[in-house]
Amino acid sequence: MIRIRDLKKSFGKLQVLRGISLEMHAGQVVALIGPNASGKTTLLKCILGMVVPDSGVIEFGGKPVNKEVSYRKHIGYMPQIGRYPENMRVRQVVNMMTDLYPNGADMDTELAEAFYLQEMDQKFMRTLSGGSRQKVSAVLAFLFDVPVLILDEPTAGLDPVSAEVLRQKILREREKGKLIIISSHVLSELEGIATDILYIADGQVKTYQPIAELLKETGTNHTREAIIEIMNRHAGNH
Amino acid sequence: MQVTIKIARYTLLDLLYNRVTLFYTLFLMGVSLVVFNLDDNVSKGILSLVNIILLIVPLVSIVFATIHMYNSAEFIELLLARPIQRTRILFGHFVGISTALSTAFLIGIGLPVLLYAPSATGITLIAAGWMLTLSFVSIAMLASVSTRDKARGIGIAILLWFLFTMIYDGFVLWILFAFNDYPLEKPVLVLTALNPVDLARIVLLLRIDISAFMGYTGALYKDYFGTAKGMIITTSVLLCWIIIPMLLAVRRFKSRDI
Repeated sequence: MIRIRDLKKSFGKLQVLRGISLEMHAGQVVALIGPNASGKTTLLKCILGMVVPDSGVIEFGGKPVNKEVSYRKHIGYMPQIGRYPENMRVRQVVNMMTDLYPNGADMDTELAEAFYLQEMDQKFMRTLSGGSRQKVSAVLAFLFDVPVLILDEPTAGLDPVSAEVLRQKILREREKGKLIIISSHVLSELEGIATDILYIADGQVKTYQPIAELLKETGTNHTREAIIEIMNRHAGNH
Repeated sequence: MQVTIKIARYTLLDLLYNRVTLFYTLFLMGVSLVVFNLDDNVSKGILSLVNIILLIVPLVSIVFATIHMYNSAEFIELLLARPIQRTRILFGHFVGISTALSTAFLIGIGLPVLLYAPSATGITLIAAGWMLTLSFVSIAMLASVSTRDKARGIGIAILLWFLFTMIYDGFVLWILFAFNDYPLEKPVLVLTALNPVDLARIVLLLRIDISAFMGYTGALYKDYFGTAKGMIITTSVLLCWIIIPMLLAVRRFKSRDI
């Protein structure tokens, strides 16, 4: 579904992505992990066309994404830090995003209802707490029934109950055979969700393999331990 | 196209909400009414308005549009993850901001001028002011996409305003002065065309026909800009000042990282 070849990106002198190549397919839940400043968010933003890569090719559904924007209607995106027009009410933001969506795909209000979004419907975005903003971001990402979901640190700032609601929602979407990419530092939340681990450090893919394989290789039972094992393994190479 | 209009509509709604447009309208209207009621001589009123149009209108347009673009950073970010072309996002904002500022100008100055001085001169005044509004919004778009930092962006906007309204004219005067042994008509003509404010000034003052107020830069080209051909060229150059900065802004915006 998504194929990336030799993707490179620098911000000034800082090389953030140094040649990333990988493929992702429907049905996968890819856990994107890596140290801070390893290029996770940049990679996701490249896929979304928000950051323009220096070189390399990103293909979505077999077509390169650099010119055409229509592929983005198949992606739901939840940013790490949701920034919204401060003078708009929650309801207005949601309505606006619906209105700006071409040919209105199937709406999915499940998460909005689960988060009791109606209760904060009339609140201004500027008055919302970090967690509430995160809920709005999640609702917007899941607002349409799209085949690909990109979630950048989805549960950061959410209370445990809401985090669990989101987790259940991700699991249900996984059942539908969607491609879900989750970037996260909270390893326990990936437990039982992720099917693959994509470990990035220094702008390069260090490890990309199915969790089952990884568990066998590292001889552990938990995703969490396996991830720490990989991180340690690569920490030695620095 | 539909998406552009939708974005323009949201931009416009946001602008109406923050009331600056309303104050701007009231300010322009207040000034117009005062200058027209102060003296029975309508030409004097028009002349006073010329200064407002040449200084205040560009300043408010460029600063307001730049600030608004920085304030919409979140909105733009939200749109970028959607299947919406960057060109449309920028044009949507341009149309929205232009509509707000044009409405303010046309109500604040256009309406009183049509009431008190419904002449060819009045119409020229409205047209020139309106085109200046659009071209400074266009320049503001370029200023706002050229840097990420809000303070620097507004600084650039104010500097550009200063350049077009004051520094540039001084520069042209200096050239006239320094090279007065040479036939300078043609080069200075071209130089003037490079500045939208100068261009508007000359057109307006020629229309009003008060040569005493024309100063150096104006006096040279009465023959030229007074003709129909001159008017067409002036209008085309002002149109370029609306289109080109906007196109440059789009080009810059397309390759920008968010």
